[in-house]
Amino acid sequence: MTDDLQVFWATYNTLVYTVGVHAMLALSIYLTLSCGLLSLGNAAFMGIGAYTAALATLRLGLPFGEALALGGLLPGLVALVIGIPTLRLSGVYLAMATLGFGEVVRVVFLNLEITGGSMGLNGIPMKTQLWHIVAILVVLVYGFVRLRRSKIGRAFEAIKEDETAAKAMGINTTSYKLLAFVLGAIIAGVAGGLNAHFTFFVSPREYGFDPAVDILTGAIFGGTGSFVGPMVGSAILAILPELLRFLKAFRLAVNGLILILVVIYLPNGIWDRKLFARLRRKGSA
Amino acid sequence: MLRINGLTKQFGGLRVLDEVSFQVPEGIIYGLIGPNGAGKTTLFNLITGILKSNTGTVHLGDELLTGLPPHRVTQAGIGRTFQNIRIFREMTLLENVMVGMHDHLRYGLAGTLLALPSHRREEKRGRERARELLSWLSLDTKATIEAGSLSYGEQRKLELARALATEPKVLLIDEPAAGMNPAETEELMGEITCISRRGYTILLIEHDMRLVMGLCQRIAVLNFGVLIAEGAPAEIRCNPEVVEAYLGKDV
Repeated sequence: MTDDLQVFWATYNTLVYTVGVHAMLALSIYLTLSCGLLSLGNAAFMGIGAYTAALATLRLGLPFGEALALGGLLPGLVALVIGIPTLRLSGVYLAMATLGFGEVVRVVFLNLEITGGSMGLNGIPMKTQLWHIVAILVVLVYGFVRLRRSKIGRAFEAIKEDETAAKAMGINTTSYKLLAFVLGAIIAGVAGGLNAHFTFFVSPREYGFDPAVDILTGAIFGGTGSFVGPMVGSAILAILPELLRFLKAFRLAVNGLILILVVIYLPNGIWDRKLFARLRRKGSA
Repeated sequence: MLRINGLTKQFGGLRVLDEVSFQVPEGIIYGLIGPNGAGKTTLFNLITGILKSNTGTVHLGDELLTGLPPHRVTQAGIGRTFQNIRIFREMTLLENVMVGMHDHLRYGLAGTLLALPSHRREEKRGRERARELLSWLSLDTKATIEAGSLSYGEQRKLELARALATEPKVLLIDEPAAGMNPAETEELMGEITCISRRGYTILLIEHDMRLVMGLCQRIAVLNFGVLIAEGAPAEIRCNPEVVEAYLGKDV
């Protein structure tokens, strides 16, 4: 039995770590979505966090905790600087601006000497342990639960539902949007730092357009009505390709098909509280 | 209390408001009437900072409101409702009203995340106050249902409760009776009178003349962006210019 467990862990530990990191990214994008911002900069913030934390370990020899803290701090500062001009935009315009920002970040990684150009950074020591990921996720979930039942969570939702009405309620919508954007960037950065310290290397490709869209897809797949949905959605999307391995070459096609079906038939995502409530009522009737 | 001085707003070549000036004294219900397109809602949007005026000023007491962003105008003491209802449909009634209290709940991000006593104390105070405000508009029995499921008339009342939650010195109400039947309008008149008796100054836009004449102590009339009359309801009723603006000229 313990042998089986060991084999399982040896085979799938990276997958388990990945699911955890994706859950953090899901929370990060949920934060901006929850105040009505369609920001696709999360992959870039994750990249900045990953490079920062990796360089802190490799070049400065900092302890893991400090490297992670820097990996959260720098994306937060960058978000503060780019958020002030870009958060005037809304809807698809904000999405395009943040995608553009992501491309800029990717090209910077590709061309700077310190980031190792297209080769990226190699030989990052394995420092991430399962309990790190679990502990950070627990703290984040606790924070999200607290936020929901506070004036800050209500302000986010008010901005999402009707920004003009939110302003008329005395809410400084600009600073709340900036807060969501910066906190989201910090979470993505920490996720990037954790990721870099179990995949051993970072390269510009991992933080470009594809992962930016993947993060959003996971959130929408799960449902953006609560923070649980994006976490569930991103976890399933991380595991699905493994489960579909028996399909060999067709697995990505089936993966895409499942996505399309969910978006068509469950427009609120698979984690839809109202749907659950309806099903429960039907079950008891 | 609220002083509007020479307010002008142009959209391109169209002059929507032209040098409008009047004062709303403290403690009264002040009516703002005029035909469709007269510029009434534009005036509300200028007072609350959603639109910027070309010239002119708005003062609340001694404080200059002109140029402040909308949330600062609210914090200065102007509460408002919207002509086209803008409640937060996916929140409960209680949450809607508590959004209005945003600036009056004294705790911050740290208080929330660390579950400090300030958070719990203020949330409790806020909830109690929100229930009280809902009861003013007889909505307290529905406090925990989703706002989107309310009837049209109830949604208008919820907007009033939410605006009161911002603790306004002057409450701007934009066409509260629009789409209401006579019985609902009657009930609403009673509730607005009650709010006024509690010491709120009210500036009211309304089309229903019976409601305006019955409620307001003073009335200003706008027509094509120009203030054509200002005075007590009895004077307004007999003013030939007002009658012409509403009913047209004799042929």
